[in-house]
Amino acid sequence: MAWTWFHRFGSPPHFYRIAGKLVPWFAVLAALACLGGLIGGLVLAPADHLQGEGYRIIYVHVPAAILSMMAYAVMALAAGTGLIWRMNVAYAVAASCAPIGTSFTLIALITGSLWGRPMWGTYWAWDPRLTSELLLLFLYLGYMGLRAAIEDTARADRASALLALVGVVNLPIIHYSVDWWNSLHQGHTLLKLGRPSMPPSMYVPLIAMIIGFMLYFGAVLLVRARGELLRRERTARWLLDVVGEA
Amino acid sequence: MLEWLSMGGNARFVWPSYAITLLVLWLNIRWARQAARTSRAEAKRRLAMQPSDS
Amino acid sequence: MSALLSPGGAAAQLIRRDLRLALRRPGEWLQPLGFFVIVTVLFPLALDPELSRLRDMAPGVIWVAALLSSLLALELLFREDGQDGSLEQLALSGLSLAWLLLAKTCVHWLLTGLPLVIVAPLLATALGAPVAALPGVLAALFLGSIALSLIGAIGAALTLGLRRGGTLLALIVLPLAVPVLVFGAQATALAIALEPLAGPLYLLGALAVLAATLAPLAAAGAVRISLE
Repeated sequence: MAWTWFHRFGSPPHFYRIAGKLVPWFAVLAALACLGGLIGGLVLAPADHLQGEGYRIIYVHVPAAILSMMAYAVMALAAGTGLIWRMNVAYAVAASCAPIGTSFTLIALITGSLWGRPMWGTYWAWDPRLTSELLLLFLYLGYMGLRAAIEDTARADRASALLALVGVVNLPIIHYSVDWWNSLHQGHTLLKLGRPSMPPSMYVPLIAMIIGFMLYFGAVLLVRARGELLRRERTARWLLDVVGEA
Repeated sequence: MLEWLSMGGNARFVWPSYAITLLVLWLNIRWARQAARTSRAEAKRRLAMQPSDS
Repeated sequence: MSALLSPGGAAAQLIRRDLRLALRRPGEWLQPLGFFVIVTVLFPLALDPELSRLRDMAPGVIWVAALLSSLLALELLFREDGQDGSLEQLALSGLSLAWLLLAKTCVHWLLTGLPLVIVAPLLATALGAPVAALPGVLAALFLGSIALSLIGAIGAALTLGLRRGGTLLALIVLPLAVPVLVFGAQATALAIALEPLAGPLYLLGALAVLAATLAPLAAAGAVRISLE
């Protein structure tokens, strides 16, 4: 039962059509979730007793950071699927994740730096989470750079897929080594507003923003993936049906 | 209201954060749609150039 | 190479061949070593040559220099064989490509990594390290250079034949090399401070073992992808 679903999803015309239908739903739900999260986070939630109002940056910083890693995971999963089953749909999804993931990483870095300024007094202090995000940015750039350097789309797909898999295996190791390094040198850490110590009025909007960002990611991913798929399908008949329309 | 806008004195960090986030997210949407549109046009051109199959 | 050879026999033959070819042009293979020394020497020139200050920086300097040298050295790994088709023959030989690539990486390490390991204690001394620290420095660089060669082989295989693959190779390999850098530099720092370095050294060893088992597989996959 799951197999038939998997194979249908992997079939390009099906994916193209279903993705097209899902995009508006994801987009609207994303907007609603983010709106709710923003109202809850910016207006309704109380000020933090340690950081005052400045902590509200977490409502964009944390979702961006989470999504930057989720995008990489989805990219690696899609890449692995493409390698194993030689699926164009999977390769299209993997290729689409990279620019979106990079954007999330940049947002996380910039907002993290802006959050750090009032807390540490400088815009950057080698906090382990920010350093890990920076390395994640390089992983994304390496992936996109490799893709761009290879002319043949098929080889680019496979090579970057392998790189994504190598990267995803390395990510926990890199993360652990950066944490280890930071603990040695008593570096600054962005205060982790842990869930037990955060009242619901603070973390419910956060969850809403995270969900909103996830839905946003889904929407933009599907838009891009459809385009990527069109580039890969050479002479398939279904293209005529799709592209023949305006 | 003014107090809320000033974010307890941290306004110059909080609001740019949100602004940049919004900007990047919006650019992503535009970028994605542009890429999809270009791919469609390319696919159309490619199909037009091929000899029609049986 | 005959497909009738055992894997061990094939690896041995490959190692002998690679060594023979490399030793015909020793100059090329000494360049990474030269680079390592030059880069390390630049730091006292650029900064305060006072030994106690240099001692603090020594782990970082040595490890960044070693990392950059190993990046340069990677260009030599597949260049010849990629161009003249021998790599393709290896891939088609029916023997385990991962095993053959492990053999190739071994030779590559012997020629480009081992010299760094041998020279590093001398450079560490020049940067103010006490003599008692040198075995620790040796051990850390031994394990780290092995890990770097193996990880780098994946990047070299992915960028095979690409124009200006050098900068891309750096972008791909350096993030993956960060754990080696972190543990290696800390182990070296502890050695120089004459403190026990077993912790980071074990972690470094674990990375080297992990790399030795997984990297050849990834590199083999990458070579096949690049050769299609």
